[in-house]
Amino acid sequence: MLDPSLDTFPKIALANAQRFAGRTAIREKDLGIWQSYTWSQYVEQARLIALGLAALGFKRGDKTAVVGDNRPALYWAMLATQALGGVPVPLYQDSIEKELEYIVAHAEARFAVVEDQEQVDKMLHVRDQYPGLEHIVYDDPRGLRHYADPCLLSLQELQERGRKFAQDNPGYFEREVAQGRGEDTAIIAYTSGTTGQPKGAMLSHRNLIATAKSAIAREGLTADEEVMAYLPMAWIGDHMFSFSQSMVAGFTTNCPESAATVLADLKEIGPTYFFAPPRIWENILTSVMIRVEDSAWPKRRLVHFFLDVARRMERCRLAHRPIPLRDRLLAPLGRLLVWGPLRDNLGMSRIRIAYTAGEAIGPELFEFYRSLGINVKQLYGMTESSALICIQADGDVKLDTVGPPLPGVEVQVNPDGEVLYRSPGVFQGYYKNPEATAQTLEGEWVHSGDAGFFDKDGHLKIIDRARDVGRLANGTLFAPKYLENKLKFSPYVKEAVCVGDGRPYVAALLNIDLASVGNWAERRGLAYTSYADLAQKPEVYELIRREVVRVNRSLLEDEALRGAQIRRFLLLHKELDPDDQEITRTRKVRRGFIARKYAPLIEALYGGAESVQVEAQVTYEDGRTATVRAAVRLSEAETFTPAAGPAAAGAHVARTPA
Amino acid sequence: MNAGPTPLLEVDEVSVRFGAVQALEGVSLEIGRGEIVAIIGPNGAGKTTLLNVVSGFYHPSEGHIRFEGRDRTHLRPYDVAALGVARTFQNVALFKGMSVLDNIMTGRLLKMRGSFLLEALHWGPARRQELLHREFVERIIDFLEIESIRKAPAGKLPYGLQKRVELARALAAEPKLLLLDEPMAGMNVEEKEDMCRFILGVNDEFGTTIALIEHDMSVVMDISHRVIALDYGRKIADGTPDEVRADQAVIDAYLGVAHA
Repeated sequence: MLDPSLDTFPKIALANAQRFAGRTAIREKDLGIWQSYTWSQYVEQARLIALGLAALGFKRGDKTAVVGDNRPALYWAMLATQALGGVPVPLYQDSIEKELEYIVAHAEARFAVVEDQEQVDKMLHVRDQYPGLEHIVYDDPRGLRHYADPCLLSLQELQERGRKFAQDNPGYFEREVAQGRGEDTAIIAYTSGTTGQPKGAMLSHRNLIATAKSAIAREGLTADEEVMAYLPMAWIGDHMFSFSQSMVAGFTTNCPESAATVLADLKEIGPTYFFAPPRIWENILTSVMIRVEDSAWPKRRLVHFFLDVARRMERCRLAHRPIPLRDRLLAPLGRLLVWGPLRDNLGMSRIRIAYTAGEAIGPELFEFYRSLGINVKQLYGMTESSALICIQADGDVKLDTVGPPLPGVEVQVNPDGEVLYRSPGVFQGYYKNPEATAQTLEGEWVHSGDAGFFDKDGHLKIIDRARDVGRLANGTLFAPKYLENKLKFSPYVKEAVCVGDGRPYVAALLNIDLASVGNWAERRGLAYTSYADLAQKPEVYELIRREVVRVNRSLLEDEALRGAQIRRFLLLHKELDPDDQEITRTRKVRRGFIARKYAPLIEALYGGAESVQVEAQVTYEDGRTATVRAAVRLSEAETFTPAAGPAAAGAHVARTPA
Repeated sequence: MNAGPTPLLEVDEVSVRFGAVQALEGVSLEIGRGEIVAIIGPNGAGKTTLLNVVSGFYHPSEGHIRFEGRDRTHLRPYDVAALGVARTFQNVALFKGMSVLDNIMTGRLLKMRGSFLLEALHWGPARRQELLHREFVERIIDFLEIESIRKAPAGKLPYGLQKRVELARALAAEPKLLLLDEPMAGMNVEEKEDMCRFILGVNDEFGTTIALIEHDMSVVMDISHRVIALDYGRKIADGTPDEVRADQAVIDAYLGVAHA
């Protein structure tokens, strides 16, 4: 294990350049070929960037905004900033200018290191609003030849200046690194913020290193892992896996060629350690199953037959039941003919550990991957905890929990049902926001803001955001997210927002999934012109109503929540979009905002009307806005009581407007 | 815009006749190095014929064509291509069964030297040469953002992407003059915007001179330095986008005025 005196990432990186000198630290696919950089090259690149920044006048405590797709140069820039005692502030690369501007100004970033022209353009606008941003360094010079702004500098030029600076100041880099302390802030990670402005969580080197170490030990990660860095660098999860853990364990980070090539690149790299939110697990599955469905029927039959065998076996395993003899006998054949080749096709034949988190994963999706022998586990964490709190252990995996706390992490549930934790990974507070810090930190304990409980096996189970858990007018417990997740497990429902706190019953605003509902409509010869048009078809309402009824029926099993079934719903005329601030960049619903924006729709759900007129503003990526007008239908769905199936009262009976 | 003393392309009093049809009649024009020139005109005005004459596909009945100051009125398409003229077609003309990568590699054919035997063995100089060509092609793939379809069969791609692959193949020949015959036909708004970005990028990044035929006037006005209007085989206007837009002859040609 790592020498405890290595208390900052730059120190660890320098040690890695010794202990793993010739091993690959990071790869990127460029011009169709995987380019590798060893740990010594990694450090050398970061060193030149650091010296270049120093030549520009970088002082300890300065911030560097980092924006772009996952690129080695951007990871080096983070390390370079840390080496000089500065703090990198990674930003979401698809943010609109207004959001970037807020964060850059709030963090008081003097420097920015960005990927390409697109980000340069945004940063130049940010600089016009916030002149404190003095230098913008770019990695990819394409299209920037005619840019004359004096604050611009290519990464190459920066490194060239670094070389000169090193000649005049020998030993500067090493001295700066030696000055670093474990309690220095290593990164400010701005949370996407389900409410209000983003908050900058300050994490120290010690926070991140301790958390990385404890997860590495618990999960048995080695220097041989291959991880894919394809999720936003601004997200703390990527920072933990692709930067912190990679440094501490010494394993290899792989940057895909572009966002569109991730699946193909996955196959070429064959990662051993992989993270994906449920949405991506689903995309991968869909892309493979489309090809299965297109194949000749004997092959298709064979695949489906063995997938069914695998699924039955996995269900037994998850329930700790013995596997029937017949399936056990079929298993070797299945492995040879279907499971192995399929896993290989997914680029997952080498995966030892894979995680899903962020949102609840659909039972079928989870079972599918596990049944193929891919070790998908759930984890729970947040920016404020250095990304990790709970991880399911190998061989002790459940569908609806997030596992027990990691070693060194203590978790408790307070009387209101909110999850609290404390650990060495707990953040230093929000940057320039003592108020928010005080609200979140209570001594050493952090209020997670999530409602949950421990099951009998010591696994934590998260049901919703604590402040979102409410009660219906009659006092029945109402956990909107719990319902929404159940709704979203339907392939036809993309997003769902449930309301009901203080109301007589639960109502839902739904987004259809354009791809799957569109496909469904085409197969039925149902013509439509646009998303809004398709969403308002009576046939589509009937389709979705059946899904809502299915959810209502499944709620019967849950004693605490069965009273909160969905009685009325509507299909929104537009998709919820982060650019319209309806969901966050990580696709979390912003309830308060939606409640205000769609107030007339929500009121209509508690009235008797069958349709309602709406007007909505949409924001394009370049900041322009436009107004969309539409009529939205309202529909009712059956609800159930435990004793006698459908409830008797007339208002509860299914009816779709014609 | 005209950088050198001689324009890149000079078309001098060129006429083309197909039997009784006068496709081009005494058309003269110049295209300077580094320019983006749009050729507009109603259907049947002779735009594609002009492109075909320049690329050596047709030979003019009268008049001369000079490229880099040298007369090459009677060269065949192969030789014209070797001089540094590449084109794309109104209807996409890709090798449908071949991968995107292979399609673009065919654009390098004229640049490849080497013996049949060495090529077949993929050995020695042939191998080194192939690697260099591949690297060049990869730069174009990166430039046009088509990494994700590198290995896909060209015929299976959506139309907008096929157009982009065709542009990539033309670029692979490292042309001095790039002829684009309706590069945005049949595209949606987003695809058109992408294509505009790439055309401007090609011009900016590689300094390639571009002549394009296009019907979408907003595109023409946005990206071209100069616009040439044809009608019934004759040049009726030649100037900046604003000048041509205001030209009475052009307005008449589009609105339809009886011809004497």
